[in-house]
Order: sequence, then C-alpha cells, then structure tokens
Amino acid sequence: MTSPLFRGLEKALLAKSSACTLDIDRARPHRVGVALWLLCIVVMATAHNGHAAVLPEDRVDVLYHSYDGGGAEISGPSVLVRKGVANTVSVYANYYVDEVTGASIDVDLVAGATTYQEERTEYSLGLDYLYDKTIMSLSYSSSTENDYEAETVSFGISQDFFGDLTNVSLGFSLGNDTVRRNEDLDPGDTPFEDEAEHRRYSVGISQILTKSFILALNFETVVDEGYLSNPYRQVRFVDNSVARGFSLEPELYPRTRNSDAYGIRGMYYLPYRASLRAEYRALSDSWGISADSVELRYIHPIEQLNLTLEGKYRVYDQTEANFFDDLFPFRNVNGVEFRARDKEMSAFTTDTIGLGISYELPPNWIPFMEKSSINLYWDHIQFDYEQFRDHRDPEALEAGAEEFYSFNANVIRFFFSFWY
Amino acid sequence: MKFILIMVAVLTVSGCSVTPWVKPYERQNLADPIMAFDRDPVATSYLNHVFDAREAMRGADGSSGGGCGCN
Repeated sequence: MTSPLFRGLEKALLAKSSACTLDIDRARPHRVGVALWLLCIVVMATAHNGHAAVLPEDRVDVLYHSYDGGGAEISGPSVLVRKGVANTVSVYANYYVDEVTGASIDVDLVAGATTYQEERTEYSLGLDYLYDKTIMSLSYSSSTENDYEAETVSFGISQDFFGDLTNVSLGFSLGNDTVRRNEDLDPGDTPFEDEAEHRRYSVGISQILTKSFILALNFETVVDEGYLSNPYRQVRFVDNSVARGFSLEPELYPRTRNSDAYGIRGMYYLPYRASLRAEYRALSDSWGISADSVELRYIHPIEQLNLTLEGKYRVYDQTEANFFDDLFPFRNVNGVEFRARDKEMSAFTTDTIGLGISYELPPNWIPFMEKSSINLYWDHIQFDYEQFRDHRDPEALEAGAEEFYSFNANVIRFFFSFWY
Repeated sequence: MKFILIMVAVLTVSGCSVTPWVKPYERQNLADPIMAFDRDPVATSYLNHVFDAREAMRGADGSSGGGCGCN
C-alpha cells in the first residue's frame, strides 16, 4: 500500500498547517496475543491526540503481469479502482486473473511431461472509513479456480501518535478455503474435497526518526488449520523393484501450521533527491522452517525527463520443514507419518535482481486525469535448492543421486496508473 | 507482557504532550513520492504474491493480508 502517512504529510505541507495525519497501513501482526491486540484497538479508537487523517488517493491501475520460469508461464491482468466518497469513505475494487500454462517439475514427477492449463480469478472489495483521527478498513476477497476456492475477510485500524511521528496499525484477517482435486472418477466414487482456515493477526508501527529517515516494524502471526497439503503432489520413496529406483505416494502434511514473522524496513532520503530502501524479514514456524530475507532498493528520479528509475537486490534463505525429504527410505506404512517433497518445503535460496522505470505523462495529457504514468518492472529470480533434486537428471546413476534442482524466472509488471 | 501493556498505556496517555522533533514544515523530504514504502499497491501486491507462492516466508511484508487460493 502506498502509505497514506506520506500523502498526509504532503497535504499538511501544502496547507502550511501542522495537521496530524494517520496511516492506514493495514494489518500488522503480533505474537503477544489477542488480548494485547484488542486492548490496542480500544486504546487507539479512544485516543484524541491526532488531527485530520487522510484517505488514500483516487486512482486507477491497469496492470499486466507475467511470470515465466521452471516450465510454468503465468500471466494476466489486474485492475484496481479506488474512489473517495464524501471525504470520509474510500472504496476500492480489484479484479485479478492468473492464466497458467506449462509443465513444472512437480507435474512432471506425477504425470510425466504433460502441459496443463488453468485459470484463477480473484475479486476484491474494500472500504476505508475515516472517523475523527481513526481510519478503519474492511475488505473482502474471493478467489476461484476449478479445484480451489478461497474467501478472505480482513479488518484493520490505524492511527498516528506523537505529533504524526509515529503510526500504529493493527489487523486481522480470516480466510476459508475449499480444496478439491480434478480427477476421473468411477461411478459411485466420492470426489475429494476438504477445507482449510487461515487466521492472521498483525501489528505495525512506523516512526519518523529524522527529516530524511523513516523506519517501520511489522509483526504477523498466521494460524492455519485444515487441509494444508497439495492434493496433486506426491513424495517418492526407495523402491528397487522398479527401474527408476523409486515409487510415489501422496504427500501428508500436518493439519495445523503456525508461523511468526517480523519485518523491519527503513527509507532514507539522499541529499540529491533519491531514496534508499532497506528491508529485513524473518520467519519461524511450527513445521521447523526458519527463513529470512534482505532487500535493498534504490530509487532515482530524473526530473527533466519525467522518469523514475528503480534498482533492487534481494536475497532469501530458508531451512527445510522437519518432515521434508527428497527421497524417503521406505513407503509410508499405514500412512501416518507426515511427509513432504514440495520444493517449497526444502532448504533453498533465491537471489533477485529487479529494475524498474516509470514515466509520468505530461499534465492533462489524458482528459479528466490529474496525473498519469506508464510503468515497467522486471525481476529476475534465481532459485537454488539444497535438498530437492531433479528426478529427470539423465546422468544420475541411482535415485537420490540426481543433481539439486535449480531454475530461474523472469517476472514482468507493466502497468498504467491514473490519478483523478 | 505486563511491561508491554504498561508501555502502550503510558505512551498513549502521554502522546498529547509530545513535541514532534521533526516539524510538519520540515517533512518535505518524507512527503516526496519516492519515499513511499509502497508507491504502487497493485504492482507490489502482485510481486508479494509471486514470492508467497514459492517461498515458505509469509507475513510482515508491510501490506495487507489475505488468501491467495493458489495451489
């Protein structure tokens, strides 16, 4: 989200007033518990030390996105429209589509070198309500695939403190998924269907430290319950009775997962009008996974050309889930042992470089629009797995001796933005 | 836990009397669009989704939560 805090600051400057502002920056997590979360809501809702809050700007974004890597191609549009109503309410709607074609290594393991196609469509609606010095946010989203449906409701609240130098925000979201499996069934068979629930608790604080430096800290706890496996994916185990040395069986995940994550990010304004953004995030979960990432970003406007350039580098590292194995030593007798071979559950690293360019169109170039921009971003991601092996390795002498899997992906975001 | 609760209460109550050390008229740098943590929500949301679907990391990314329905 573009921080309303900054828009508030800008507005305050233009008005040459000392008006305080609010940040809506939504849902940020916490691990100290629901009690503290509820207490904070009460405290924030009754606090009276701020001034006027600012709702998000009216804007339209029309985005084309593309992901190409690891044998999968995913692309589609995303359209976001936001509009203020009566100075106290801002509503938005988002339409998003993923068109998937390809054959990833996960599909290849189970079904061989086949190509599949599917589509995911997501609709989101949201509302931000400004009351006195508080902004409350409510949103709903619905995602549909032919074998997966997800609905999520989110609530957030935020407020500035201490003369606009500090902003605190809290959030909660509840998601319910229905998981199915596309399959050919014999008459009388019951199709697979299961449920999953996701609860997210979040808290965030952003702090202006100097005239050129702002810092933000976020916590988020996520609780998952229900069917968390992938109904299509399988694990492999040693089987010397077949030529390739292994056989397959369905993966089996625990039906609960809890994770705690925190992130700290800062932005610094350089003396010659450019900015540096640094971020560190870390996660640990009940499946034994620890992960962290570091990202550095440099943003450089060229005012004479109405251009803004951006470059970034990100590195990510995670450990494996404690029930992950690339090749299990034997069949899961009685099917009671948790087993995963998803590459996302393996230990691995990613390295990402990203470049972006934005061009702001001349004022009034598009009728009825205060400002318009054309934007192109490219990200190149290198995935290097440390335990997940490429079962297709033709030079491997036996199962379990294949080379570790690696691949790279290119991600494109091309979009138009209009402010009105 | 008690310490955190007390601190929240104290800081909230005392908030009215804090004098900002960065005045509103000193915030032109912070108000510059290039200082926004997230200038383009729709683009950031998509990239977060790309990473969320392929990494075990999730949450605390500074944006809103929500399901993705991706398997």
